[in-house]
Amino acid sequence: MADEFTAKLDTYLDGELPSREMKAIDAHVRDCPPCAADVLIRVQMKRATQAAGKRYSPSPEFRQRIQQQIASRPRQWASRAWMAASAVMAILLIAGILNSYIGRERLEQEHAFSEVADLHVAALASPNTVDVASSDRHTVKPWFQGKIPFTFNLPELQNTEFTLVGGRIAYLGQAPGAELIFQVRKHYVSVFIFQEHAAPALRSGSGVRKHVSFNYETWTEGGLRYIAISDTTGEDLSKLAELLKTAAKS
Amino acid sequence: MEVAKDRLTAAGFEELAMPLFDQLYNFAHWLTKERSEAEDLVQETYAKALRGLASFQPGTNFRAWMYRILRNTFLTSRTGLKVASPVPLDADDAPEIPSSAGTPESIFIEKSQEHLLQSAIDELPLHFREVLLLCEVEEMSYQEIADSLSIPIGTVMSRLSRARRALRELLQKKLGGT
Repeated sequence: MADEFTAKLDTYLDGELPSREMKAIDAHVRDCPPCAADVLIRVQMKRATQAAGKRYSPSPEFRQRIQQQIASRPRQWASRAWMAASAVMAILLIAGILNSYIGRERLEQEHAFSEVADLHVAALASPNTVDVASSDRHTVKPWFQGKIPFTFNLPELQNTEFTLVGGRIAYLGQAPGAELIFQVRKHYVSVFIFQEHAAPALRSGSGVRKHVSFNYETWTEGGLRYIAISDTTGEDLSKLAELLKTAAKS
Repeated sequence: MEVAKDRLTAAGFEELAMPLFDQLYNFAHWLTKERSEAEDLVQETYAKALRGLASFQPGTNFRAWMYRILRNTFLTSRTGLKVASPVPLDADDAPEIPSSAGTPESIFIEKSQEHLLQSAIDELPLHFREVLLLCEVEEMSYQEIADSLSIPIGTVMSRLSRARRALRELLQKKLGGT
């Protein structure tokens, strides 16, 4: 057996020799029985080692764990992306709903104040501004008895700039209420009093606000909704509102 | 298993890495000799590979990359540090001694004697065992083995030759004793 070939037999069987040398060993093995026998043993060893080497198999549970480990990342990413997208969608939806809700609320409030402004203007434009004409609160208040489903207190106006002109029945949202007309210098102020549920769209705000150039202030007291509206100054309205609030609490 | 020169994505990784799962586990078990350690090693290998996807160079051998990660992870593990004795500096470069295959009678391995061969492989020093398994079981080319073990191709050849001789000697000893 030629040593030069023996040294290369394993490399030959691994298929790692240059093609020229492979051919040379092929030819030699055909003509050299001892080398052919050596090759046979080595081939058997290779096959036996390969079979023996495939000894261990992973458990199905372990395979599943690795698969989840690999797959979890993109899924986590997708899940995070989905959550982020959902959060954005939710925010947009909430913002949309809120916007729509606020818009609707504002619209209803605008409607209600327009109605109140109309009542105020209509009363002043009427030849009979008031149904009960009196500066005496003890005359005006009793006049409403039986005409409206609630009662209210009127303030003492002595030593103030305000005078009571009188009162009339007004309707807001098909609910009856009182419209009291006061005068401050040459300006008229209408103070509407309704049961709170008759004007749900109206919301109490802080101080005097404006609507189509009228100043108005609205508040609730004792389950009643008060709305003071006039073309006079906001300061006048605030003073009258304070007088009415004090009277309501007494 | 060369990967196209596109960047490897996590989805692409799963597609390439899962078919290697059985053979990586088998190799890991041969290295660690213990099931739970082999599982830890494989799990760590996959986690590291996934984390280090950016370090994989497209166009290079993916299988060799995975084996390299597994082997490096093993060598730095507690078991790996214990068993990985330094390879003698002259061992790989010593002149080749023509190996004898032995006689058919002395070396023939019956199927029933497979456990003897397994036990002989088990007794091989780590640097022989790994090169032999990658060549005979995984049927890797010398270049692929060199890439997996981060050693020159010449070292693969000389180490493989010594591993085979050592295996034959061990086996002959075992067969002689039975």
